[in-house]
Amino acid sequence: MEHTLAEKLLAARVCDKEGSPVPSERSEVWPDDLVEVAVDVVLANDITAPIAIREFEKLGTKRVFNPARVVMVADHFTPNKDIKSAEQCRLMRQFARTQGLPHYFDVGRMGIEHVLLPEQGLVVPGDIVVGADSHTCTYGALGAFATGMGSTDIAVAMATGSIWMRVPKTIRIVYHGVLQPWVCGKDLILYTIGQIGVSGALYKAVELTGSAIADLSMDGRFTMANMAVEAGAKVGLISVDDTTHTYLDDRALRPYRVYQTDDDALCDQVVDIDVSQIEPQVAFPYLPENVRSASEAGDLQIDQVVIGSCTNGRLADLHVAAKLLRGRQVHSNVRCIIIPGTQQIYLDALRAGLVETFLEAGAVVSTPTCGPCLGGHMGVLAAGERAVSTTNRNFRGRMGHPDSEVYLAGPAVAAASAVAGCIVPPEEVLS
Amino acid sequence: MKRQGCVWKYGDNVDTDAIIPARYLNVSTPAELARHCMEDIDPSFTAKMKLGDVIVAGENFGCGSSREHAPLAIKESGISCVVAKTFARIFYRNSINIGLPILECPAVVDSAEQGHRLKIDLQMGQVHNLTTGLLYQAKPYPPFMVALIDAGGLVPYTRKRIEAGLLPASPSTFSRERPP
Repeated sequence: MEHTLAEKLLAARVCDKEGSPVPSERSEVWPDDLVEVAVDVVLANDITAPIAIREFEKLGTKRVFNPARVVMVADHFTPNKDIKSAEQCRLMRQFARTQGLPHYFDVGRMGIEHVLLPEQGLVVPGDIVVGADSHTCTYGALGAFATGMGSTDIAVAMATGSIWMRVPKTIRIVYHGVLQPWVCGKDLILYTIGQIGVSGALYKAVELTGSAIADLSMDGRFTMANMAVEAGAKVGLISVDDTTHTYLDDRALRPYRVYQTDDDALCDQVVDIDVSQIEPQVAFPYLPENVRSASEAGDLQIDQVVIGSCTNGRLADLHVAAKLLRGRQVHSNVRCIIIPGTQQIYLDALRAGLVETFLEAGAVVSTPTCGPCLGGHMGVLAAGERAVSTTNRNFRGRMGHPDSEVYLAGPAVAAASAVAGCIVPPEEVLS
Repeated sequence: MKRQGCVWKYGDNVDTDAIIPARYLNVSTPAELARHCMEDIDPSFTAKMKLGDVIVAGENFGCGSSREHAPLAIKESGISCVVAKTFARIFYRNSINIGLPILECPAVVDSAEQGHRLKIDLQMGQVHNLTTGLLYQAKPYPPFMVALIDAGGLVPYTRKRIEAGLLPASPSTFSRERPP
């Protein structure tokens, strides 16, 4: 029978009642099946790990199922912003040491988790990844079935190496055409969420496919898969191709299996998008679906720009921002905060001269952290303030005061807006 | 627990930042989280809500972050059930896992107004609007989730399976490496 990529990935890791993997010839699954699957990577961070550890201890299990497959990253409130978050981090650090987790990442080695794990080769195609962070779906860009869950699910996955899942229906989104200048993965996914809505893919898998995806770099693909959850999706999947293999060549820590979707597999919905019609996008408050072209933003003065996060904190994003900031100045009314996603990206940006460009333009460059994206620290907004941010959510109060506003965009619109002092498309500052 | 109380009515896409803002996630104790439940969209909620009250909301309730702090805050605040048209999937899992009762029932949402009194029978999946006198049937749970709910959540459910030898309790008994 024909199957979607999501069905094939889950079928390959289905377990029987004793928790042992079922041989592949017997393991066909269909949408809405409730199955138990073996997990390859389990992830938690400094906000979600403390609850996961508390629940893990209630299970009566002494050790995690496989220390090499449990990854913990201190990235949300780190370097610790206050005593309470320092206590949370200490709890996670102690657990990581006691359990002997080789992939525990603390300040100095850490990065924003969903930028860090692929960079370190910890996730490979065919994996089942569950993470106590909603943006775990980022790894779908590597052809892995990766999805966010809560701390209790992660506690059980840490203890047993398996977890229950409902097999999702699939929405296939086909992108064709050639991108306009300055349009990147962020613009495509914002446009898509604008089309299908924030619950348009609720409980479903999204397959991102077509010639425009084939042309996209890994950095752009991660950005798109990352925001699948903003349409309600369980996972955002991109098929493995030469671009994926090249990315994995010098980093994959394990051999991997590649699964491809069947063209005739039954999909719940197919959406066609002509990318040549898409201009740089902006999502207005307070939902990622409130999308319009940056050229139609109107005269909106801004107070802050954030370039970074698990959505757009990768090297390609920083190169785009630097192209627009080089030789220009951040507007005097704007604080521009740039956050490389990992230590390695920070170092690469430094060596490429990007950090110098940012500092000369009047921006600040921060150590990797989720910080301002969730209103944690490093750029919290006051009442009435307006920010353009390359992050993934613009809910009320997301970056600080409930009466502040977040406008989501790609790095080009964000950098251009930092220079202009208001929301503008990139061309505006080039003239 | 008596599942009867007044309706706190909200719209579509109530996100987890609205349920518990991230600035309070530097703690994970339910009691502390409950103190800030719904703070940014309804500052009066914690002061005025009474034990047993019911949150009634539209589509995609609990969208956004995976933070389990959100259903924990609602449960600890004394809300006896959340009734919505649909739930975001992580919030749905989290609620079942931690034992916060949730029901999908669009008809209740369309008719219930702020302050109406609801009585909920979880076993039957029925919602009785005592103010209007109308009775509603919520979407039933699949048998697997009924077992999870009956066990008291995912942790007690899993613990029983481990103790019964149905799941590995240590890595030595269970290799997850791929077959060659």
